[in-house]
Amino acid sequence: MGNEFLPLLYSFHFYLFGLISIAAAIAFVTRKSPVAAAMWLVVTMFALAALYVMMDAQFIGVMQVLVYAGAIMVVFLFVVMLLNLGHPSELSDIRGKWGRIIAGFLGLALLAEIMTLTRSPLELKLVVPAIAVSVNSTGGIIGGVAGPLFREYLLAFELTSILLLVAIAGAVVLGRKRSAN
Amino acid sequence: MNFDLSVPTQLMQALTPDVFLMVGAMALMLVSALRPDSDEHQRLVGYCSIGVLLATLGIVIWFGSRGFTSGPGVIAVDGYRLAADMLFILAALGAIALGIEYNGREGIWNAESHVLVLFATSGMMIMAAARDLMIVFIGIEIMSIAVYVLAGMNRRSPRSAEGALKYFLLGAFSTGFLLYGIALVYGSTGSTNFTTIGHNIVQYKLAHQGMLLMGVGLLLVGFAFKVAAVPFHMWAPDVYEGAPTPITAYMAAAVKAAAFATFLRLWRESFDLLDFAWLMPVWWIAAATMIYGNLVALAQRNVKRLLAYSSIVHSGYLLVAIAAGTNSGSAAFLFYLLAYTLATFGAFAVVCAMSRPGDRDLEITDYEGLWRVRPGLAIGMAICMLALLGFPVFGGAGFWAKVYVLAAAEATPFRQLMPLTVLLVLASVISAGYYLQIVRVMFMKPRPEGAQVPAATGALTRLVLAISVALVILVGLIPARAVGWARNNQPTAPVTLSTAKAP
Repeated sequence: MGNEFLPLLYSFHFYLFGLISIAAAIAFVTRKSPVAAAMWLVVTMFALAALYVMMDAQFIGVMQVLVYAGAIMVVFLFVVMLLNLGHPSELSDIRGKWGRIIAGFLGLALLAEIMTLTRSPLELKLVVPAIAVSVNSTGGIIGGVAGPLFREYLLAFELTSILLLVAIAGAVVLGRKRSAN
Repeated sequence: MNFDLSVPTQLMQALTPDVFLMVGAMALMLVSALRPDSDEHQRLVGYCSIGVLLATLGIVIWFGSRGFTSGPGVIAVDGYRLAADMLFILAALGAIALGIEYNGREGIWNAESHVLVLFATSGMMIMAAARDLMIVFIGIEIMSIAVYVLAGMNRRSPRSAEGALKYFLLGAFSTGFLLYGIALVYGSTGSTNFTTIGHNIVQYKLAHQGMLLMGVGLLLVGFAFKVAAVPFHMWAPDVYEGAPTPITAYMAAAVKAAAFATFLRLWRESFDLLDFAWLMPVWWIAAATMIYGNLVALAQRNVKRLLAYSSIVHSGYLLVAIAAGTNSGSAAFLFYLLAYTLATFGAFAVVCAMSRPGDRDLEITDYEGLWRVRPGLAIGMAICMLALLGFPVFGGAGFWAKVYVLAAAEATPFRQLMPLTVLLVLASVISAGYYLQIVRVMFMKPRPEGAQVPAATGALTRLVLAISVALVILVGLIPARAVGWARNNQPTAPVTLSTAKAP
């Protein structure tokens, strides 16, 4: 395959994943069952991750899958299943008249923002900071994150793990069955 | 030795006491999970926790005796940090010693409760060491999350659950203020490091920049929440009343001390030049805290609630020392914290000894005629009350603590502090109304007919009471030594490395 096909390939995948993510997002907000809605959200997250990878941001793509599609969605599903919210008939939602009107206005506002942004005279390219360039040339894609994380912010990083440990221990202590007395 | 904090191994050495306590807490967490909950297991973990704390105290003292210093970096190595560490460890020792017996009586058999106190203490030590807003924030969260859980430890009591939930929600709310303030300060000065922030404010003349001042204001609100200063105090009475009594003492003494210690370092090292902006807000918060706290405390009938309002009032007194903003101000601040911590633990030890299972018998009327049935408890409580009041001679250290705060406030260049010192004295006079009320009830009233004699006091509770009272009296007799200790332990600027690399 020659280089002349690359832009075509790129466009094809951009539209493919873009359409998947939009379709999945529409399905996400229209499903009645919370579990089905959550699964559609996972599909949206995966499609977005693919778009990130196409923009040469592989690290953000991987993080998107791990954090959003992985951890956060699992928590969503857990809560849905633990609270037994699986029956659509028992649910009330905000899809009334006013909810639709407000959502419509919000959508229009976002659309207007994007339109103004595309017409703005400002350069739309992000300027890469010099330090990021120098790190990227030596440390690869995640070097720019890993270097500072384990050098300048080493202490904050390690202390955060203690913080999470305390939070887990606290949750277990409070969530456990009462000790028999 | 001068630690170069950019080298991870030296950073680790500079944090020896903190790391030791964290490792100890993690090991004890495993121990506490080894066996099912029982009174014996809870006691065992409690005694081990006391051992870990004593060892940490030893390391802190050794660390202080070596006179270490550090270069610029995310943490500070100075006497101020180690002095604050000693106060936190003292409070944690008191809380665990009281907690072992209290938990046994109340049927709180979670061995983890002692481990969480250790974790909270390590978070406080990180806060006292921090010289970076990010580390401050993580330290505050380690402390707060552990204390949220501790406040709800008594799962049989709806009050405890209510208090813990209130504390959690308002604490999360105040964290939002703090974080927003940190973000704005970072946005305007380009750094989270205390030293660099102070430096950049001077270099780039940021003192009148709106974003920076807004950030400082939000930080002030966040800290005022943590120390329960009026008008951000509304969570304190319910939380203090609902939490298990030893944890109430720990919150009133250590949590407050940690927030104040961080606050003082940040204000002295970063925002010293912004005094035109923060002096009057701090002035008003201090004044409102002293007056409002005292007036409401007068109306309290429940001793735990009364002590909660008393701790709010003492936040106001400490804010006066902070507003002074000088070296003698921070010396007075450390001395005051020492006296306040000791007196608070003495008072709460008596409350622990007096209450019966289910936290009953906490009304002031239950203390009537205590002198006739439990003279030891009555004398201990009386001395702690007089110390909190700041009574001369019998109040021991409490009197000198107030004297030094007043002297520091008088000696500052800010003339605005003069009315605040007058308010402090007036507020102390009002506080006699409730502190002396307890003393009067214990000694002058007859024991009511049919009132139960309090159960025999446990050995550890007696020990905490005896040590607190003895130290209050001792420090009151030789205040000069203790003030010398406080004066020598100032927040000190980082040592610039003489061997700094050429650019």
